[in-house]
Amino acid sequence: MCLAIPMEITEINGNEAVAEAGGIRKDVRLDLLEGAEIGDFILMHTGYAIEKLDPEEARETLELIKKVYRAGMTGSVESPDNDEQ
Amino acid sequence: MSNPPITMNSRDGLYGSFHDPAMAQGLSSRLADLVLPRPLSLMHVCGTHEQSIAKAGIRSMLPDGLRLIAGPGCPVCVCPAADIDLAVQAARREDTIVTTFGDMFRVPSGDTSLELMKADGCDVRVVYSPLDAVKIASENPGKEVVFVAVGFETTAGPIAASIRAGVPENFSIIRSMRLIPPALEFLLEKGRGSIDGFILPGHVSTVLGRKGYSFLEEKYGVPAVISGFEPVDILRGILGLTEMVLAGPPFSVLNLYRRVVSENGNVKAQELIDEVFEPAPSNWRGIGSIPLSGLVLRTEYSGIDALTRLGLEPSAEAEDVRPGCICHEVILGESEPEQCPQFGTGCTPRRPHGPCMVSSEGTCRARYQYRHTGDIY
Repeated sequence: MCLAIPMEITEINGNEAVAEAGGIRKDVRLDLLEGAEIGDFILMHTGYAIEKLDPEEARETLELIKKVYRAGMTGSVESPDNDEQ
Repeated sequence: MSNPPITMNSRDGLYGSFHDPAMAQGLSSRLADLVLPRPLSLMHVCGTHEQSIAKAGIRSMLPDGLRLIAGPGCPVCVCPAADIDLAVQAARREDTIVTTFGDMFRVPSGDTSLELMKADGCDVRVVYSPLDAVKIASENPGKEVVFVAVGFETTAGPIAASIRAGVPENFSIIRSMRLIPPALEFLLEKGRGSIDGFILPGHVSTVLGRKGYSFLEEKYGVPAVISGFEPVDILRGILGLTEMVLAGPPFSVLNLYRRVVSENGNVKAQELIDEVFEPAPSNWRGIGSIPLSGLVLRTEYSGIDALTRLGLEPSAEAEDVRPGCICHEVILGESEPEQCPQFGTGCTPRRPHGPCMVSSEGTCRARYQYRHTGDIY
């Protein structure tokens, strides 16, 4: 019920926007956000963007998990200055 | 920044990385290595968590003695039969279209449900957004259009925003929204019993912020983590919470879903909810009335309350616990779905006997759907 889908805003027209994820485009309302911009990542729930998604926080979370738990990764989010585990 | 460009949804983009098998494997082996001095029970209160946990087979990765309980976290499951009965009453009216999220469509109330009412010829329509319900009202000025407004804080924001943006004269709602913090307080007041810590619902938390749970630290001293929904998020949450419990007090509420949950939450959503609704006591199926755990319309918006507009009467006879159903025990984590004699036989997603088998996020439904899922990592 509280399922929310991460999407990227591609068009903005006042309080309405178009967001994309995996090739799917959806109309999304921006009433619940302050200052949304094209290129922002958002969580979409029942037709509304309910929050912005912060890619830097996501990256930090992943890096922290790698450091603290030495959990391996096969993805490509490693930053060049990251110490590989 | 020297970091590579960020992509979201590709397999190795930021989103994909949160279900990276190697990373999940690393976390699950750390989890399996934990030695518990005593049995521990962690409770989550989120249907989306339950679905992810069942889908990824996370219970099979837990160390001996660690139990993961599904608490009252599915708004459909905790919606009392009396609320479904109100929607059924509305659907019986010739001049009325009832609009509902798909999750609610098959929830039984006595011998009927909105699905069965539609099969009987009543005009019941599944919508994806409250905006769809408002649009149906605009397109059908000769009809009353009732929206079954169910959900937690996550959904209350969009519902409040839709109402605030303006609705046509023929639009009304059956209010059935519920709030998570009062339910947590209720569980704690009832006696913490076997709950050693909470995994808090990620998307409810986008609205509330970490601050919304400060009572857990200040009043109850209960350890808790805010967690996202991908396998890596959930494993990290379980690991972080277990480590906090094992380390001992002082306990805190740890935000492990910082990419969308802030300290103060979504203030705009909080203000919109507060403008349209006010907290009131609310009944939870299988639990009873919890103080200030529901939302009623403020006076300025009371004209769109379907109860007064259509003269609907809450039924005193609506049966929350049907004979042979243990959903009320499952909702509180007192029984596991598999302990119900009806599970998978007299109660299936196609023909649910109890509410927990209906929504894809109901505890019984998630367990049934992924009952053959082993350890996929």
